[in-house]
Amino acid sequence: MTRSSNQLWHFHGGLKLDSNKAMSTSTPIVKASLPKRLVIPVQQHIGEAGELLVKVGDKVLKGQPLAESAEYVSAPIHAPTSGTVVDIDELPAPHPSGLNTLCVVIKSDGEDKWIKLKPTRYPNTKSPAELRQLIRKAGIVGLGGAAFPTAVKVNPGPEAHIETLIINGAECEPYISCDDMLMRKYAEEVISGCSIIQYMVSATYCLIAIEDNKPEAIKAIAAVIKEKALHTIEVVCIPTLYPTGGEKQLVKVLTHKEVPSDGLPSDIGLLVQNVGTAVAVHKAIILGEPLISRIVTITGDGINQAQNMEVLIGTFISELIEQSGGYHENACKLILGGPMMGFTLATDHLPVIKGSNCILVENTPQETPATMPCIRCGACATVCPAQLLPQQLFWMASSKNFDLVQDYHLFDCIECGCCAQVCPSQIPLVQYYRFAKTEIWNQERDRIKSDHARVRHDFRQARIDNEKKERAEKLRKKKELLEKKKNAEAAAKKEGNEAEVDPKKAAIEAAMKRVQDKKNAKQTSNTNADEK
Amino acid sequence: MSILIAVITLASISVFFGVLLGYTSVKFHVEGDPVVDKIDALLPQTQCGQCTFPGCRPYAEAIARGEANINQCPPGGEVTMLALSDLLGVEPLALDEEHADTPEKTVVYVDEQTCIGCTLCIQACPVDAILGAAKQMHTIIESECTGCDLCIPPCPVDCIHIKPVKLEQDTWCWSLPESTDTAPKA
Repeated sequence: MTRSSNQLWHFHGGLKLDSNKAMSTSTPIVKASLPKRLVIPVQQHIGEAGELLVKVGDKVLKGQPLAESAEYVSAPIHAPTSGTVVDIDELPAPHPSGLNTLCVVIKSDGEDKWIKLKPTRYPNTKSPAELRQLIRKAGIVGLGGAAFPTAVKVNPGPEAHIETLIINGAECEPYISCDDMLMRKYAEEVISGCSIIQYMVSATYCLIAIEDNKPEAIKAIAAVIKEKALHTIEVVCIPTLYPTGGEKQLVKVLTHKEVPSDGLPSDIGLLVQNVGTAVAVHKAIILGEPLISRIVTITGDGINQAQNMEVLIGTFISELIEQSGGYHENACKLILGGPMMGFTLATDHLPVIKGSNCILVENTPQETPATMPCIRCGACATVCPAQLLPQQLFWMASSKNFDLVQDYHLFDCIECGCCAQVCPSQIPLVQYYRFAKTEIWNQERDRIKSDHARVRHDFRQARIDNEKKERAEKLRKKKELLEKKKNAEAAAKKEGNEAEVDPKKAAIEAAMKRVQDKKNAKQTSNTNADEK
Repeated sequence: MSILIAVITLASISVFFGVLLGYTSVKFHVEGDPVVDKIDALLPQTQCGQCTFPGCRPYAEAIARGEANINQCPPGGEVTMLALSDLLGVEPLALDEEHADTPEKTVVYVDEQTCIGCTLCIQACPVDAILGAAKQMHTIIESECTGCDLCIPPCPVDCIHIKPVKLEQDTWCWSLPESTDTAPKA
């Protein structure tokens, strides 16, 4: 028994949604065919982008690092297959902005040849710090969607004591089933990854939380735990409710503890990791493989054959859709992520990145009903899982009152979309919060920049003043010196008449005198001779 | 008699408070004007002089003295104007029409083929963002450039050009949904 009781709790609000997961779970995970061309964005994670380690024309092997950064919060990227680097350029990547970002383009040679891997058969023989380094080198980021570097997350600091490791297999968003299928197929790897992370953070217990709409996954994981007779790992079946998969919500459901508003689960002795991340950790440590592939759900009414695929990072979405039977004739909208938190893509000519969990193609052109004014019904506040006041936030965000919106804890909003879902006036509430968040970050950046400019301007001003002062000082000194010299000369002239003559002048005069004497002497001798 | 008591009492009270006020004004004397610092902190520090004052601090001093309006800073735009109105408790003023929109952030760059290395732009730059020496090619340190454009007029060969700051995924902002009229009225 790993928990004091089997009791579960509820977080505030939440929604029961139609899960629509069955359409993509009827067939096993398919391995996507090896693409001819892969586009790998350098920045796929939260934190610093790496610096390029390859150049155009280089031959690379599968798993070879392409970019790496010395910054702490960062993750390297690796070549997903062997081939040649054919281009390094700013190319479109999946991001709500639709902006281009630096990408490495690899033309695969079809051999799929691995770089030499360094597996660690017995992770317990290594120190947690060494394992962290391996995870970092493998470029692992949180695969639940946020893509935060895992090596940073599993290092909660020397003060934090992690009692329980929570493995998040909730997967609460409709349509998405990649974690479900992953747990069914890779149950052993999940458990292995859990054990490694548990050892690294020296957590006493490990809870694997899975929603009760995934009985097969629960069965598969439980079977492995039973087979290996692991007493510190337990599967917890939790009720299906959106957004249970949110980190803070899951913590609340399992432990009845609240993660502090501006804190992390590690502040209350917990660490939450996604099941996909656990498998990636297993692969990185036990097999030595970096993170170069992930499982992606391709689903929706607009696709002919919904399924889960194991996809190399950098594969184009268009290829995955082609391999899933192509678009339905009525397909109209392409979404990356789920229907609640995903964002619309303008094109399918974009690569899959580490954080891409689902490609959703919507069919029926959902008529977007006209937005109506807020009637202050309060339905949004009753469903908000973060216990915020969405209508107040909406009001403040739309009037650009950025100070007040922060006082109402805008940054505790997880953008789950529950409020917008229940809004009878069809107000796109989350978009307002996203607007306010990015705008506040923008203002913060501007403020830092202007502070920096002020420092530089003040420094320049001080330098110029200093230079002026120095110049004035120099001028004064020079004048003084000149004055002194003049005075000295004047004094010398005065004294010159009486006092000693200049020695040089005296010497010249003496010499002239000698010459004159000689001349005189000669003349006298000559005259004497004439006289004789 | 009673009138004398009243006069003495009031006189002594006024002397007491006079001494107290005199003492506090010496003891708690504040160097400089803290309001100027607060105003200066809100200004964008481009040092561009578009407010007709030679730099951000002189403008802040002028506002504090009541000699300048709060709507004279084009790079700051509406955000700065509103922040100033909030700080000083004065009514927000409309920006000049040409500066009504949020200004696009720009930086300058040197056309290095044309630059003759005259150092005039270096002397003009208020934040030391230009690198170069006499008869050597100059270049702009883009991360330090505030986009004040003060280096452009002194250049004798017109080799300094303006370009917009490139938008990255990190610095990109979500836009406000179009139908803002759905907001409840205050």
